[in-house]
Amino acid sequence: MSKTSRTSITMPSTAKKGSIIEIRAIAQHDMESGFRYTESGKLVPRDIIRVFTCTYNDVEVFKADFYSGIGANPLIIFTTIATETGKLEFKWTGDDGYEALNQAQLIVT
Amino acid sequence: MKVWHTACLITLFGASVLTVQAQSLERQSSYELMSPENKAMQDDPTLNPAMFWVAEGEGLWQAKAGEKNIACASCHGDAKKSMRGVANHFPKMIKGKLQTLEGQINQCRVGTQGAPSLAYESKELLSLTAFIASQSKGMPIAIKETASNQAQLQKGRQWFNERMGQLNLSCAQCHEERAGLKLGGSLIPQGHPNAYPIYRLEWQTLGSLQRRLRNCMSGVRAKQFEYGSSEMAQLELFLMWRARGMSLEAPGVRP
Repeated sequence: MSKTSRTSITMPSTAKKGSIIEIRAIAQHDMESGFRYTESGKLVPRDIIRVFTCTYNDVEVFKADFYSGIGANPLIIFTTIATETGKLEFKWTGDDGYEALNQAQLIVT
Repeated sequence: MKVWHTACLITLFGASVLTVQAQSLERQSSYELMSPENKAMQDDPTLNPAMFWVAEGEGLWQAKAGEKNIACASCHGDAKKSMRGVANHFPKMIKGKLQTLEGQINQCRVGTQGAPSLAYESKELLSLTAFIASQSKGMPIAIKETASNQAQLQKGRQWFNERMGQLNLSCAQCHEERAGLKLGGSLIPQGHPNAYPIYRLEWQTLGSLQRRLRNCMSGVRAKQFEYGSSEMAQLELFLMWRARGMSLEAPGVRP
């Protein structure tokens, strides 16, 4: 049974061809580091997002590896060049079968 | 004329003294003490992680629960209308009992929906509180001293001023007498509850005012007030009264 959570994408819906657009991608995730112990001394298993990818019309334009040091509810802000009208897809995958998907349309003029 | 004269003298000889004094007199949200990055995080809904809880709360508002199989929305309708100007009036006296916002949510769940009450700091209770509180964002805190809440407010004032714990400190000693000075590397805030529930970066999650108060109590090595206790409600009431007129920022971000 895979886990998922809320995500949110903020980016312009239209852009001029060749212009740089900023994309903000945030996911709700505890990012449990795997280094913490419970009050009774038991290690809390690591549960983090491992990889984030963004594809633009099925071409990968951004990818990030996440590690234990990254805080909860990670926000990634990156840019790409508006080349053509189409769909951007965002995917977060992580420990314990975590997977979250989001997408956005971009109209290039 | 005399006032002007004094003002002139102050401007000439003691401008810095006047500023310091004005700061200690004026009530200030701890928002003002944050870095520009943290301010942006609170102000921009696309950056504020607390918006995940608000969205969750919006879902819970519509979700039917309990034996009666009714949702919050079944009685209260559209929260944008019905819950606007609600959170800034809590804690308040309801049927002779001082009730916090969390307490009232649980009262509705148990009494009206016939559902089990939600644990403090659970995702569900924080989400509902954040969703309801955010409807009053920007409104002034509207707690007044009345004949019915007077006794409770007085108790709250007493908790605020009473020394507690092994360090033998009262809330007032830091957050009133020493507000604006430093404790370790951090500025001591005035301690106004005007942004709760808050997303605290230190916690890496959303938390209630009671969680924050328990933080300070453990800091001075005192026995912490229990979640949902009448002491907590009284202290909350006094703090909200003390911050009356200040704008509600919920859901806030704090470092």
